[in-house]
Amino acid sequence: MAMLKVTDLKVYYGVIQAIKGISFEVNQGEVIALIGANGAGKTTILHTVTGLLKPKSGKIEFEGTDITKMPGHKIVALGMAHVPEGRRVFADLTVYENLMLGAYTRKNKDEIAETLQMVYTRFPRLQERKTQLAGTLSGGEQQMLAMGRALMSHPKIILMDEPSMGLSPIFVNEIFDIIKQVSASGTTVLLVEQNAKKALEIADRAYVLETGNIVKSASASELMNDDSIKKAYLGE
Amino acid sequence: MSLLNSILEQLINGLRTGSIYALIAIGYTMVYGIAKMINFAHGDIIMVGAYALYVYSSILKLPLVAAIILTVVTCSVLGIITEKIAYKPLRNAPSLAVLITAIGMSFLLQNVALLIFKATPIPFASVVNVSGIRLGSLYLSGTTLVTLGVTVIAMVALTLFVNKTKAGRAMRAVSEDRGAAELMGISVNATISLTFAIGSGLAAVAGILYISQYETLMPTLGALPGIKAFVAAVLGGIGSIPGAMFGGIILGIIESLSKAYISTQLSDAIVYGVLVVVLLVKPSGLLGKLKIEKV
Ligand SMILES: Nc1ncnc2c1ncn2[C@@H]1O[C@H](COP(=O)(O)OP(=O)(O)OP(=O)(O)O)[C@@H](O)[C@H]1O
Ligand SMILES: [Mg+2]
Repeated sequence: MAMLKVTDLKVYYGVIQAIKGISFEVNQGEVIALIGANGAGKTTILHTVTGLLKPKSGKIEFEGTDITKMPGHKIVALGMAHVPEGRRVFADLTVYENLMLGAYTRKNKDEIAETLQMVYTRFPRLQERKTQLAGTLSGGEQQMLAMGRALMSHPKIILMDEPSMGLSPIFVNEIFDIIKQVSASGTTVLLVEQNAKKALEIADRAYVLETGNIVKSASASELMNDDSIKKAYLGE
Repeated sequence: MSLLNSILEQLINGLRTGSIYALIAIGYTMVYGIAKMINFAHGDIIMVGAYALYVYSSILKLPLVAAIILTVVTCSVLGIITEKIAYKPLRNAPSLAVLITAIGMSFLLQNVALLIFKATPIPFASVVNVSGIRLGSLYLSGTTLVTLGVTVIAMVALTLFVNKTKAGRAMRAVSEDRGAAELMGISVNATISLTFAIGSGLAAVAGILYISQYETLMPTLGALPGIKAFVAAVLGGIGSIPGAMFGGIILGIIESLSKAYISTQLSDAIVYGVLVVVLLVKPSGLLGKLKIEKV
């Protein structure tokens, strides 16, 4: 059974249809990439999956539970974390406070402390800056904070929306290394990326989205050798 | 010596009135921070608080402590209910619609009070029976002492709550980015309700202190402190809790000094003049941060 199963999803903004009936699946342990041009609907899909947007029709199941109508704040507790587009860290809160908000739905203090230690080990910069306001971090550091914050919920699956956007090449590599580590530690990953090349390098499978429709779905290696994909997304 | 004495006396008067403004202003500012709306019915919660205290203590003859607690609870619940029935359905509506609804809510509360308690003012002796103290040639009345004491306690408690507790942290997160807060597992609805409950509870406290000073119940009694506190919140920087506290106190002091030394008639004009000048120099208010509106 798929961990995350989306069936015939349709999402509207007012009268404009942004998602036109898409279906996809993410299995336990996979890294799935969702690639597509600007405005294809990638962010809309992630927002709908984590409950920030409600679909007009279709079904979203997580580990067999229908979460289509569940309010966003309850979905996190099931084990789904979302690193949103543009990071959206809480600028006026400290790094530490941001991380603790990531663990908002968890109760066990010892377990939270353990996860915090794990996050600090993975992102030493966050530990160095834990008392600093998040708004004063650099873009790359904010991205790390957004990822660390998502990890604080100890998720089974983590959805990431363009984590490499606007970062220097060194930071981009660092972020992709971390995604690999997160995946290696057993967390399932659904990755939205403009940087299709990098995304396909670490993904198992990928879906290609064009103006609200999934136009292709294949293994990452297959897509990397697909001529039309090469031309449209890999710049070759 | 006697001028110094009179200035000190006016400062203390200003502090007392300013404390009440500050308690009310906190409600405006917190609700604005979380729900991004100006709750113009907030002033009328003060009025409800004053009448509630009257009903519980004078009519039902409950012990004072019980009457005060019930008054605060009544106003908190009323705050939650107004949000749920009047403002929540408009969460994604244009701000003008919300503003008009809030003004309508204000009229509704006043008219319900008018219906129940009639227009004739009801005398209601202060429930504060603390004796005043004399500091040298300066006299501090019991009401003044209680007002200052209660305000300090409320402000310290609120500051600790907002900055040190999990719920307070969630509140700050919601006021910054509702969607991201939702992604953390924070219920935005519950947080908004909590904010209205706290703001209205503080307005109830302000209502009790206010009525202890003026000792007359009228359905419109909340309007004046309500508008002054709103000015205080804007002066301090709407959205900022320390700003509301500071703005309230400053406004009370300016008002009292200008009443005593310039002119009673002009004091309101001076208060609004200060507001205009502050906003010209610093549009975000004294302690407010300039926020770039996200579209
Ligand atoms: N709040 C909104 N109101 C109206 N239309 C919207 C809104 N948000 C997105 N859209 C539209 O929905 C479509 C999909 O947008 P979405 O943000 O999901 O794209 P995306 O694939 O994430 O793009 P990008 O790579 O630029 O982030 C676009 O045509 C966009 O204009
Ligand atoms: Mg996007």
